[in-house]
Amino acid sequence: MNILKFLVSVIFLIYCFSSDLKAKNLEIEITKNLRCLICQGQSVYDSDSEFANSLKILVEKKLNEGLDEKQIYVYLKDKYGDWILYDPGFNKNTYFLWLLPILMFIFGGAIILRKVILKKKKL
Amino acid sequence: MKTKIFPIFLIFTFSIIFFVFYKGLQNTNVYTPSLKSEIKIPNFDAKDFFSKDKINSDQIFIGSDYYLLNIWASWCVPCKEEHKYLMDLSKKENIKIIGQNYKDNFENAKNFLINLNNPYDLIFLDNDGTIAIEWGAYGVPETFLIQNNKIIKKVIGPLDEKILFEIKELTQ
Repeated sequence: MNILKFLVSVIFLIYCFSSDLKAKNLEIEITKNLRCLICQGQSVYDSDSEFANSLKILVEKKLNEGLDEKQIYVYLKDKYGDWILYDPGFNKNTYFLWLLPILMFIFGGAIILRKVILKKKKL
Repeated sequence: MKTKIFPIFLIFTFSIIFFVFYKGLQNTNVYTPSLKSEIKIPNFDAKDFFSKDKINSDQIFIGSDYYLLNIWASWCVPCKEEHKYLMDLSKKENIKIIGQNYKDNFENAKNFLINLNNPYDLIFLDNDGTIAIEWGAYGVPETFLIQNNKIIKKVIGPLDEKILFEIKELTQ
């Protein structure tokens, strides 16, 4: 019976904190996908520069205003360009970037397949 | 035949990679997106530097006058260097210079203006740096030339003789 009570209270506590945690997690997720433009090579989440700190505050503000993740990305892309996103959208500037790995995969697969078929034929 | 294709392919691939990296080495690695022609200015609320009254950007940038928005801070060394150019521009009648005080201490900022003179027609506060992001700015100093609620020129970093000349040309 005691164990049951304990479990119920734990679940209740987790439930209470989870909504708050979720908002914080989303903020972290967004700032991890933003490139710090002052200290390139670091995400906004990792950086402690003035620019990154302001951006963290802004993301929090925008989330409180009710914008979702995508709207925040669009908002920042408008101001700073694709470069600010670590995960850039699919558009005419990024076709090559996104399709190159797929092309390489297909090309490599074709080479392997050919080798395997040739080997089988020999056997 | 089979053994020949592979080395040729390998050499070809590596020479392309070498070429791309060699070219890339000479490029500057600081990327700043080019300004899309004539971006509309953002709308924001801010506090006046001296009176601490709330002002909206609509009340600052009115009509077809030229406005020069300068983001500055007393702790920023390049801001001191560009100050004389701002003083020069403040003598021009058709440009209003607006200051955006970025993450600064009020007393230090006030002393900065007393020691070096005040070129600004109006200053507003940006204590957490979020208004700078509304502008798409990176930090201090940064300057925007505005007309008809549109940004017509953006300067990242301190002003110099050449930029001063360009601004004077644009606002003729």
